[in-house]
Amino acid sequence: MESVVLKSVIALTALAAAFGAVLAVASRIFAVYRDPRVGQILECLPNANCGGCGFPGCQAYAEAAVARGEPPAACPPGGEEVARKVAEILGADVGEHVRKVAVVHCKGGRSTSVQSIDYEGIRDCRAAILVGGHPKACVFGCLGLGTCAAVCPFDAIELDDEGVVQVDIEKCTGCGKCVEACPVNIIELVPVDMKVHIRCSSHDKGKKAKSVCDVACIGCQMCVKKCPSEAIHMEDNLAVIDYEKCTNCGVCAAVCPTNAIIDDVQKRPVALIGSKCEGVGECAKVCPVKAISGEEGERHEVDREKCIGCGLCLDACPTRAITMVGALGLQKGRN
Amino acid sequence: MDLGQLFAIIVGAIFVSNFVLARFLGLCPFVGVSKDSDSALGMGMAVIFVMTMASIVTWFIYTYILVPLDIVYLRTIAFILVIATLVQFVEMVIEKVSPTLHKSLGIYLPLITTNCAVLGVAVVNVNEFMVTDLPVATSFIYTVVHGLAAGLGFTLALVLMASIRERLELVDVPESMRGIPITFIVAGLMAMAFLGFSGLKVG
Repeated sequence: MESVVLKSVIALTALAAAFGAVLAVASRIFAVYRDPRVGQILECLPNANCGGCGFPGCQAYAEAAVARGEPPAACPPGGEEVARKVAEILGADVGEHVRKVAVVHCKGGRSTSVQSIDYEGIRDCRAAILVGGHPKACVFGCLGLGTCAAVCPFDAIELDDEGVVQVDIEKCTGCGKCVEACPVNIIELVPVDMKVHIRCSSHDKGKKAKSVCDVACIGCQMCVKKCPSEAIHMEDNLAVIDYEKCTNCGVCAAVCPTNAIIDDVQKRPVALIGSKCEGVGECAKVCPVKAISGEEGERHEVDREKCIGCGLCLDACPTRAITMVGALGLQKGRN
Repeated sequence: MDLGQLFAIIVGAIFVSNFVLARFLGLCPFVGVSKDSDSALGMGMAVIFVMTMASIVTWFIYTYILVPLDIVYLRTIAFILVIATLVQFVEMVIEKVSPTLHKSLGIYLPLITTNCAVLGVAVVNVNEFMVTDLPVATSFIYTVVHGLAAGLGFTLALVLMASIRERLELVDVPESMRGIPITFIVAGLMAMAFLGFSGLKVG
């Protein structure tokens, strides 16, 4: 009995020892040098493998960063924090990193836009386009089948009850998967601090655009004329914001007759005219929403309901009597 | 040894008693690595390779160590030891010798380390081909062929499954059935389909 136990134990121990020795020797002979920094970088990356950096996955980016010195700020989901960590590991400068988020240039929902066909095929925008099945009468608009939401690796996109795509800018990392997936090319990556967007992509002439969608850009050029920083121009019957110039003042959104422009600034300041006012009336002239009224020579008043907080009156007032109040999250480019 | 018997072993391991769909071994990678056919094929290749190698090595261990020492009842634990070592060793060698091959095959190798299908092949080999009345050479050849065919059978099942799942992606499946549930049903149906092969009389 004892000999059986002894034999088993010895035989297996010997086998295990032999295999262990083989592996130990092999790990010396076949050792491959791995840069430890690859693992370190990989650890601080989000590991979502979104491909936003242009490499097939986080591992590939980490290898490229170590081998060829790819910029540490290449990871859109990681943002500044990851960029800083990667730069630390590589011993390089972070470089400038502006977080971008996706904006869908269409806000036509089921009740606001005309549906031309009842598409019952595969629930995928790309598949629908292949068979010519654009559910909307407007061929430029969002199909509303949610391919962008399906490809989003961060659950940042969803369709609301109206079938309009809504991007959660807190979750959006600007990886650009949705931009690639959208068959009608209406998604754009814009800097996250840009809050005013033209949510229409229709190049149809005004009448036609209006006939298929209530919230279409009809090319009236109101926004182009009213924009204080000349940031809007027309491109083939469609107003386009130049995000380099835009100051988020929100004038365009206020004057747009079809509400095609959205203003996502949560809380805007309101102009308040102080006692220094001499009633010159310059402010009333520049106010794009006619919120300022008053007799000449007397202190003017601001209609707080109408005021959009654009701040144009601030610069127009010769006596510097106007201040902005409740300026939570004051936008850039304004003093 | 005759060719008819060899043919019977091959057909048997690929179809009649397919390791996944008839013996129900290695179900974890069958569900886990069957999301797209490229990785299914990669995994399949890795399994073919490891099964064949494991068959060879376990044959030597069994015939020249376990049998002479009269401790064949320890075969399971000995085989696990062998297979785990083998896979680790092979991974090291591949990484050194061919980084390209390691990139395509390497990520699947650790998955196979303690895969029951590989252990299953070794155990089936022992039960079927390492019986005393077979000549040593014949037993060895049968073992190797069986290991290879079992790997082929595994690959076949995996690639079939992956192809079906790729098509399932585009089908309007009820929400509660999407993903793993429908995959399990598909696996069951495939197993039933493979049951049809059990009527085959080969060799």
